[in-house]
Amino acid sequence: MLRDITIGQYYPVDSKIHRLDPRTKILLTMIYIFGLFMLDTFWGYGAVILYLLMVINESKVPLRFMLKGLRGIVFILFFTAALNIFFTGGEIILAQFWIITITLEGVILAIEVGLRLILLIIGSSILTLTTSPIRLTDGIESLLNPFKKIGVPAHEIAMMMSIALRFIPILLEETDKIMKAQMARGADFESGNVVQRAKAMVPIMVPLFISAFRRAEDLAMAMEARCYRGGEGRTRMNALKYQASDKIAFIIGIIFIGICIIL
Amino acid sequence: MSIEVKNLTHIYNMNTSFEKIALEKVSVSIKKKEFVGIIGHTGSGKSTFINMLNGLIEPSHGQILVNGIDIHGENVNKKEIRQKVGLVFQYPEYQLFEISVFKDVCYGPSNLGLSQQEIEKRATDALNAVGLKQELWEKSPFELSGGQKRRVAIAGVLAMQPEILILDEPTAGLDPKGRDELFSQLRHMHKELGLTIILVSHSMEDVARNVEHLIVLHGGRLVYDATPREIYKNVEHLEKIGLAPPQIKYIIRDLNKRGFNLDENILTVEEAATHILKAIREGQ
Repeated sequence: MLRDITIGQYYPVDSKIHRLDPRTKILLTMIYIFGLFMLDTFWGYGAVILYLLMVINESKVPLRFMLKGLRGIVFILFFTAALNIFFTGGEIILAQFWIITITLEGVILAIEVGLRLILLIIGSSILTLTTSPIRLTDGIESLLNPFKKIGVPAHEIAMMMSIALRFIPILLEETDKIMKAQMARGADFESGNVVQRAKAMVPIMVPLFISAFRRAEDLAMAMEARCYRGGEGRTRMNALKYQASDKIAFIIGIIFIGICIIL
Repeated sequence: MSIEVKNLTHIYNMNTSFEKIALEKVSVSIKKKEFVGIIGHTGSGKSTFINMLNGLIEPSHGQILVNGIDIHGENVNKKEIRQKVGLVFQYPEYQLFEISVFKDVCYGPSNLGLSQQEIEKRATDALNAVGLKQELWEKSPFELSGGQKRRVAIAGVLAMQPEILILDEPTAGLDPKGRDELFSQLRHMHKELGLTIILVSHSMEDVARNVEHLIVLHGGRLVYDATPREIYKNVEHLEKIGLAPPQIKYIIRDLNKRGFNLDENILTVEEAATHILKAIREGQ
């Protein structure tokens, strides 16, 4: 049941996108997001969608799998769309009842914001789907390195992120297990009103917290036992290196986003 | 309560690149009041199998009939099935959450919508059945030792008054004393309460001395379905699938090679001791 969540999940296949340097992918994703917020024409959106489809096709991750990740934001999507439809003023009034007026501008804005959110989620999920968590944090650490001089703890941030990412599947599995165990004792998580449902969560939350603390303690102990002292003087087994394909990806990406913004 | 399993198949993450067959066309039948063992190596599908018996995982194909009712059919009350088929998970102590042992054991029956009096009676009976001393009942479950916690967790399932009790590796992580105590309590429950017990394990020694019917799974398929004595005759094949027969089988085999004439069907250390003593006395 909890295995359906795809945000932050890695899809292990071999493709050109998978093989790119994580730094390239992080930077391109940032440029992409920046470009997305500069858009304001119909053709611009068309170009972004085309670009996205090309990247998805190249990444060999099934489109169906990516769209599954959108399920989690359906509520936010409808909520923002509704806000925009009902609370945007405008000239051309489409419908009016009681104190609510729906304007053409509102509907267009709602579609635009909704589309932007969807493109944002899909675009950034390409990054996590094609980059294993370890490479991702390696990339972040490497990108943060220049900021070390002004006191940014690059290694610590990267380590915390990789541990947090590593713990997501573990805790999901644990939740699944505890839910099953309580269901075997007749627990019911699906029916009842909000208060009853919240109460039904207690038998899951308590064991989950205890197990998270126990795991954290075990991990800290294991790291200390192996003399972990932070990033000072630490070398890597797989050092990051830019390849020719990264340069090509950079050029393609920047050209495309440039086109999107101009359109 | 009998269980009839027909052609059970389960595939995880169907239609994705993570697809994995956990169980393939398993058919077994478990009679009422039987003490059954399910044994298999890691990844043999035993956990998937018992999750399905309790209605927690939907099978991809096949049926499970509990007392003739298809538990994954339409209009079946899952809650009722879960009450009748009690499932104790691996490391069940991790499911404890209440502020006292007694309250935690009450959680199961209180989900069944019983009266307060009945809930407390069931909890009391369950705690007595697992042999937990009364002075511990008001303590926090987190203050207890590993073996005691495990017994509280088992009591939590027993308090549902199931007719079938499934235990997934109930002795994992317990010391030998805790293990022996737990098994003697299980045997007691089997006899006194008339429970059908299904014991999942990967220890041949444990199942050899307790169960009357053994199911061996390997790579998601049913390999053997017979009495332990029958199954342990296939020493070589069992070793091949990573399941070592009880050590005493090896001792008997080696003794026979050196001139003894012992019964190959011997299963437990106690049986072996009597037979060896007898053989020595007769030899003198």
